[in-house]
Amino acid sequence: MFNYGYFAFDSKEELLAKAAEYWNPGKVSFWRDAGTPMVIDRREGYFLYDMSGKRLIDLHLNGGTYNFGHRHPELVEVLKSGLDYFDMGNHWFPSVARAAFAEKLVKTAPHMKYAIFGSGGAEAVEIALKTARYATKRRKIVSIIKGYHGHSGLSVATGDERFSKIFLADRPDEFIHVPFNDEGALEEVLRKGDVAAFIVETIPATYGFPMPRDGYLKACQDLCRKYGTKFIADEVQTGLMRTGIMWGWQGYGLQPDIFVCGKGLGGGIYPISACMVNEECGGWLIEDGAAHISTSGGAELGCVVGHHVIEMLQRPEVISNVHFVAEFFARGMAEMMKRHSDIFVGVRQRGVVLGLEFDHPEGAVAVSRALYENGVWAIFSSLDKRVLQFKPGVVLDVDLCQEILDRFDSAMPRARQLLKSGRRAA
Amino acid sequence: MSEHTTFDAPRLSVPDRALSSARMKVGRAAWAARYYRSFSRDAVLAIAEAVARAGYEKAGHFADLAVTETGFGVVEHKKIKNELCTHALLDHYRDLDLVTPRIDAARKIVELPKPAGVVFALAPATNPVATVYYKAMLAILSRNAIVISPHPVAKAVSVAAAHHLAEAAEAAGAPSGLIQCVEEPSIPLVQDIMSSDRINVIIATGGTAMVRAAYSSGNPALGVGPGNAVAYVDPTAGVDAAARCLVESKSFDNSILCTNESVVLTLDSNRGNMERALRSAGAHVCNEADTNRLRDYLFGKGSLNLESIGKSAAWIAERAGIRVSPSARILVPVVATPGQDDLLFREKLCPVLTLTSAVDFQQALTFAKHTARRGAGHSAAFHGDDTARLVRFSQEMPVYRVVVNAPCSQGAAGFATYLPPSFTIGTGFAGRSSVGENVGPQHLVQWTRIAYGKDVPADLSGIDLSAVSTDRAAARAPAAAPPPARESFDRDTLRQLILEELRSLQGAGK
Repeated sequence: MFNYGYFAFDSKEELLAKAAEYWNPGKVSFWRDAGTPMVIDRREGYFLYDMSGKRLIDLHLNGGTYNFGHRHPELVEVLKSGLDYFDMGNHWFPSVARAAFAEKLVKTAPHMKYAIFGSGGAEAVEIALKTARYATKRRKIVSIIKGYHGHSGLSVATGDERFSKIFLADRPDEFIHVPFNDEGALEEVLRKGDVAAFIVETIPATYGFPMPRDGYLKACQDLCRKYGTKFIADEVQTGLMRTGIMWGWQGYGLQPDIFVCGKGLGGGIYPISACMVNEECGGWLIEDGAAHISTSGGAELGCVVGHHVIEMLQRPEVISNVHFVAEFFARGMAEMMKRHSDIFVGVRQRGVVLGLEFDHPEGAVAVSRALYENGVWAIFSSLDKRVLQFKPGVVLDVDLCQEILDRFDSAMPRARQLLKSGRRAA
Repeated sequence: MSEHTTFDAPRLSVPDRALSSARMKVGRAAWAARYYRSFSRDAVLAIAEAVARAGYEKAGHFADLAVTETGFGVVEHKKIKNELCTHALLDHYRDLDLVTPRIDAARKIVELPKPAGVVFALAPATNPVATVYYKAMLAILSRNAIVISPHPVAKAVSVAAAHHLAEAAEAAGAPSGLIQCVEEPSIPLVQDIMSSDRINVIIATGGTAMVRAAYSSGNPALGVGPGNAVAYVDPTAGVDAAARCLVESKSFDNSILCTNESVVLTLDSNRGNMERALRSAGAHVCNEADTNRLRDYLFGKGSLNLESIGKSAAWIAERAGIRVSPSARILVPVVATPGQDDLLFREKLCPVLTLTSAVDFQQALTFAKHTARRGAGHSAAFHGDDTARLVRFSQEMPVYRVVVNAPCSQGAAGFATYLPPSFTIGTGFAGRSSVGENVGPQHLVQWTRIAYGKDVPADLSGIDLSAVSTDRAAARAPAAAPPPARESFDRDTLRQLILEELRSLQGAGK
């Protein structure tokens, strides 16, 4: 019996049936077929507990949402304390929490001028694209093939057709896709002088973290400057110390006109996102501050949590820990690749952002399942199923890192077996 | 708003930042320990040398800061103590190899050193920098990481000293986070970290309450108790030499070391000589009225007046209302009859040394034993040439160090004797401690023993122990800089090259 006070289920099976009946039959059957039928019950630190009681170490982190782990006690304390005073607030008015959080964010990126808040990454991307259009008075948006920036109207149009066609949300006339790591292709498009923005994830997550070639991002930014296009860095998965530095673009020597962050900004306990803009792009905030409004965007509780998230990320102990974790998996995965080179063929890494390549078109789906059976939850890349997204948290400790590596090692024979048997896990 | 306008406390409660950071320091230390535990002996000694050098260079600077911050002790003496915890300490332990596996072919035993991991160390207000230096050096030599929690009244200088050593260690190749210091120590913080399952051992030097808490934490602990050293001056001693030792010891850093003499005890027949000798050595020997004033000042409230700790003789005399020569180095109250009740026989971390005398050696010994129970397990001093009495004194006293014909402050702490230099003086079973000797790096390492059967053939010379420690160079330890960007190669080409190489290696191994 799973009695939660407000609702109760007799069993995991009953829950799955109800979820399929009332919520999302597609997702329910997808995960069942994939061999990873997880229903997260308890969660704590970097651990998830399935309704069956099975414990999983979380290396999915929902793209960094759980950067600090689940329900980090300090963040929970912040939110609880915030609830004694604040609620979401009234988005129309200036607020202490929003002003303080905006200042905190802007100070992390001194060439930026304003922080505009949303409640999720897609909303922040929406703000970014609208801001670029405002600043350039142009309509076209360029993004990369297999890019991913969310599921709302403008953001979904920037992404792969996997998510837009089904809803007739692709807009090929205004949204142009160019190959990643190909600045020549970008220039072809920009040359006409009618592109408002080029938006790119600093390291494209859903595409399996292919690393930008040396100088590629800088070349893109230079091209944007040359043709009057705004350069937007999507930092939803690469921000917040995940690449070993607060913002991924800092590590590549960039100065985007606009950048977007979300996910871990709310500590995994209160949704909030931000679009950071420089002075020129932020002109509309002076001309008509209410041109974009959002009831839950920049909710004050989220601002209080986000403020503390940034403060925690700036601590020397956390910065040092990120580097230790990154170094550990750099060495550890090199060793694993040596031991399992027949299936495990590549590591893409920057900081604690890792993509592990397997030598099979659906290799990561099998590995994800094998890891699941060995107590580790890591998800394949939706747009490149050869690559497993492997995303350790920033405050992982040494023992748990070693355990992850040991479990990974034990999962490899099972992954090999799944791949050989030719069973499609998805 | 009205309810808040008159009151300026935060409107939200804020998590304990200090505690949170301290916990993160422990996590960081665990990372450092993970890498450091396999460092080679050469690498360890290189780091120790660098830290000793750095510590020595700033010994005077930190001595100055310590006295300014705490008000305890004497700058030039603290400088000496700090210096002693650098090159001298390293020299003492240089040949104690806690890194290389040991092979005992005759007993068919191989021993592999296993460092503790994360050491959590408490440092007292009285010897803040020396303790930071000393414990950091112990951690380095034993291949452990250390998180130091200083006494709150000495936190600024302790943090600065630890940071200075940490920088030197890292520059010499140590993993980042090997030496850390809590910036904002508090009792709840110390209790939280001490009972954490993330630390591996506690070295507690400080007040009795903290030491007991360390032992109650559930973690392994090396805690040491307070002292109350008795110096027995036998009639066979040269009184002038003994008096010089006593004055030197008691005036050293204004008696802040727990190894300082609390009571000087001689026989009635020798007391007059002793008083004269003490006077000529620079002591102010009190008359009965002065003795009473001093007792009232120091123990008027039942326990030692905290403001007297580490202050000079002249300062204390003025506060107690005693007129002394400005050159008086120590104050000597005189209690004619030894007994247990006089408060002046208690521990005094200030240059006040109580003189008393017994009718014979037996009475002296009985009194000394009782007095030493207040600082059980600690130290005592013996002045004289009668070795029979020395042995009897040492056998019966509940102490683990008897310093002979030398100042006890410096002697028991290993600076004026050949005892190991130490700022953590083990008070052993008598003092409710797990360690009875001067704590050293060997207490932070345990050994895995590979033991063959007695009658089983064993070729120990064929064992390859090279994998136990590596020649891990500085460059291979994680540095504080962000990991280098890895996009500067054609990744596919590089990957292919690596894979080919790996496969050929595997093939060769088959």
